[in-house]
Amino acid sequence: MIRYFFTRLAGAIPTLLIIITATFFLMRAAPGGPFDQEQTLPPEIVANLQSAYGLDQPIWTQYGRYLKSLLHGDFGPSFKYKDFTVTELIGQGFPVTLQLGVIAMVLALSLGIPLGTFAALHHNSAADHATMSLAVVGIAIPSFVVLPFLGLLFGVYLHWLPVAGWEPGSIRHLALPVIALALPPLAYIARLTRGSMLEVLRSHFIRTAFAKGLPLHTVILRHALRPALMPVASYLVPAVASIMTGSLVVESIAGLPGIGRYLVQGALNRDYTLVLGMVIIYSTLLISMGLLVDLLYAWLDPRVRH
Amino acid sequence: MVPTLSVDRLRVSFSHRSGSIEAVDRVSLQIVPAECVGIVGESGSGKTQIFMAAMGLLAGKAQVSGSVRFEGNELLSVDRPTLNRVRGSKLTMIFQDPMTSLTPHLTVGTQLAEVTVTHLGMPWKDARTFAGRMLERVHVPEPKRRLNQYPHELSGGMRQRVMIAMSLLCEPSLVIADEPTTALDMTTQAQIIELLRAVRGEFGMALVLISHDLAVVAGLADRILVMYAGSVVENAIAEELFKHPRHPYTAELLKCMPSVTGPRLDRLPTLAGQPPRPGEILEACPFAPRCSRAADRCRVERPQLEGSSTSQAACHFPLTS
Amino acid sequence: MDGLADEAARRLRSNPAAVAAVAVLCAIVVLSWLGPWFSPNNSQTLDWLHIAVRPGMQSSHWFGTDRLGRDLFTRTLAGTRVSIAIGLAASVISLLVGVSYGAIASYIGGRTDHLMMRLIEILSGLPLIFFVIFLTVIFGRSEYLLFFAIGAVGWLTMARIVRGQTLSVRQREFIEAAIASGAGTGRIIARHVVPNVIGPVIVYATLTVPQIILFESFLSFLGLGIQEPGASLGTLIAEGAGEMEAAPWILLVPGSFLAVLLLCLNIFGDGLRDALDVKDG
Repeated sequence: MIRYFFTRLAGAIPTLLIIITATFFLMRAAPGGPFDQEQTLPPEIVANLQSAYGLDQPIWTQYGRYLKSLLHGDFGPSFKYKDFTVTELIGQGFPVTLQLGVIAMVLALSLGIPLGTFAALHHNSAADHATMSLAVVGIAIPSFVVLPFLGLLFGVYLHWLPVAGWEPGSIRHLALPVIALALPPLAYIARLTRGSMLEVLRSHFIRTAFAKGLPLHTVILRHALRPALMPVASYLVPAVASIMTGSLVVESIAGLPGIGRYLVQGALNRDYTLVLGMVIIYSTLLISMGLLVDLLYAWLDPRVRH
Repeated sequence: MVPTLSVDRLRVSFSHRSGSIEAVDRVSLQIVPAECVGIVGESGSGKTQIFMAAMGLLAGKAQVSGSVRFEGNELLSVDRPTLNRVRGSKLTMIFQDPMTSLTPHLTVGTQLAEVTVTHLGMPWKDARTFAGRMLERVHVPEPKRRLNQYPHELSGGMRQRVMIAMSLLCEPSLVIADEPTTALDMTTQAQIIELLRAVRGEFGMALVLISHDLAVVAGLADRILVMYAGSVVENAIAEELFKHPRHPYTAELLKCMPSVTGPRLDRLPTLAGQPPRPGEILEACPFAPRCSRAADRCRVERPQLEGSSTSQAACHFPLTS
Repeated sequence: MDGLADEAARRLRSNPAAVAAVAVLCAIVVLSWLGPWFSPNNSQTLDWLHIAVRPGMQSSHWFGTDRLGRDLFTRTLAGTRVSIAIGLAASVISLLVGVSYGAIASYIGGRTDHLMMRLIEILSGLPLIFFVIFLTVIFGRSEYLLFFAIGAVGWLTMARIVRGQTLSVRQREFIEAAIASGAGTGRIIARHVVPNVIGPVIVYATLTVPQIILFESFLSFLGLGIQEPGASLGTLIAEGAGEMEAAPWILLVPGSFLAVLLLCLNIFGDGLRDALDVKDG
């Protein structure tokens, strides 16, 4: 089992390295530079700026220096937000985004799986059809449409929750963004779980479990749940990707100071180091998630370990 | 004496788009304590569905009528918790396919222990030790090691032994073995049959042995029921059945059994025709279309089981001699 | 093959949700293209006299106006047209690319096939939005980039499906029988491969449309998509989000249109999938 983990880890590191390298060189290869957006500057000043940011060095040197600084946790200076380094910007925004994403993911799983199981157990009943209809709605309508609607309903009309803004540690400000973010994956997970659970319940080993006189909750929780969750495990990485994508918008609408806006702003401002830093952070997250999912597979199905 | 299992006019049908399928057609039978009964028939004859109904394991769209009593208590339409107290403890079942009948992600030990934990309230640790001892009794080598293994790490024969062990943990009054050897190779088949024989001697419970193969049932059963198209067509003690079969279908089945001591056959005899498709409810003898002795009466009147206590057949013109 | 189509159509017709979805979709399409004819306003004019007016029948601005006095009725319908048009166009492109890629991969087979599929695996892992943002940094905003990115939404799944289906069909016995009986490659493809592949392709093509519309809206919302003065539903929603407390209808109108559009497309796609009995993934 440990060996399995390390083999997986060994495979993940080169992937990350490739992403970092590819990103780096593609950025440098792009036409124009980070200073093109400003008003045309006299060439000597441009040259000075280039030298100050190390952009006049041969590209391999730049790459080497970048990797070295990465290992020290230094993503370099932001070209746009001149007073900050990328590391500082990330440090400020990442905890917010992380909170948002993690809570959304937990919500999606802790509501989606029971809902799907419930629907499967009441197959073809009114409750089943109702749940699945809601699921279609949840899947179809994107976070950035849901959030404003939620904001209107709960914020403007009912005055229950704040529409936008942020206070550190405040749950109320996170509530609506988290719900909007969690809704599509929640719906999808519910649907996946239902389908998978229906199939598992037809298995021979479930028949054996019932024949042993085990109560329903034991059969479901101990015997049926783990195999039924395999498709959900496969969906975890796309789910994280979807939440990451959704957070870009949700943060912007709700005025949350996360790192999502840096990505978008960085793109519009052609702020190389910032975007590079963002790409690295997001890629690392996804790859780590992939590793976790591999471990999860091994736990869900012991046959994988051998 | 209360019969261990008493089935009275049991009817199991499944509703389909184009009508309903009668899997079990007004079957009545009784099993007394410590008796070993063999139930023989082709696939679709209803032999398994009778006991699925008894165990409450029928697929959702099944309609059931009639009565099944276990040790005097009605099983059909009883509530879940009551049924759960009986099944898995006093009334247990062994299934045909050991490959898929055990939960893949739980250890053998857990799957065995949970039976006594649930039914006898044993603490988990004791339950595992108890399970280990049961594995010994069904001749599983290195039982302690097996407890921590997963089903896919065991061979087919060993998995079937585990299932047998599972069925014996609470000292059942009746064990139903549904085609326990069909999925196994010949050598293992013989071993499992031997095990069942030994277990029966040790535990003294009643045993129902369901099979499509008379040979499997031959060595073990006290009494044999032959089923055809959802009804019992013959019910006789084993010796009588083999020596003096009274229903034409039984006779044909016996002819199809290759015998090690008998004359060498160039071709295996087969039964002409097909069993009726489940769903064709007949007020006639279901075997009539394939019976070489069929007369007009057979096509309009459904025969009932008639005969002595040692041999009954549902036939208007039972074989004599 | 006609039998299959009839059976599928029958099943689809007996699915009330799918039928309703199709009806609503048609209504939206008709409204988007014909609706503006009925309104005295157009989507560009800034009506200084009617800034941020509520929806209603009294003024000529049935859906109200936005912060700049633009008529929301015509503006939303224009946005809907843009979204639908992009959705369809990009779907067709991703369909063509995906089908070709999948067909070629399974036809060539061997290592090339393997490599091509690996490429798809790698590309599938990346959330597309990051890719787009990334490219925006390098190349700046451009409509070509936008189109390329949007077209890239559906083709991965399509390629995978086409390849999977052609492979499984190839291995089936009746292909060997057909080859043995001397049928030409073209005939085999037309009579055996196509009918088996076409079902899933149709379903996923249908399901790609809302994905693309969503992605385009997303990009436009972030400001990376359609630029002024053109507007899609995404841009309109972005504008509306800023005015949420003061003038909620600026958000509600395009938001509802997008929500309904996506919902109906998804319901229809699901219904189609059930009717053609295509398995998930």
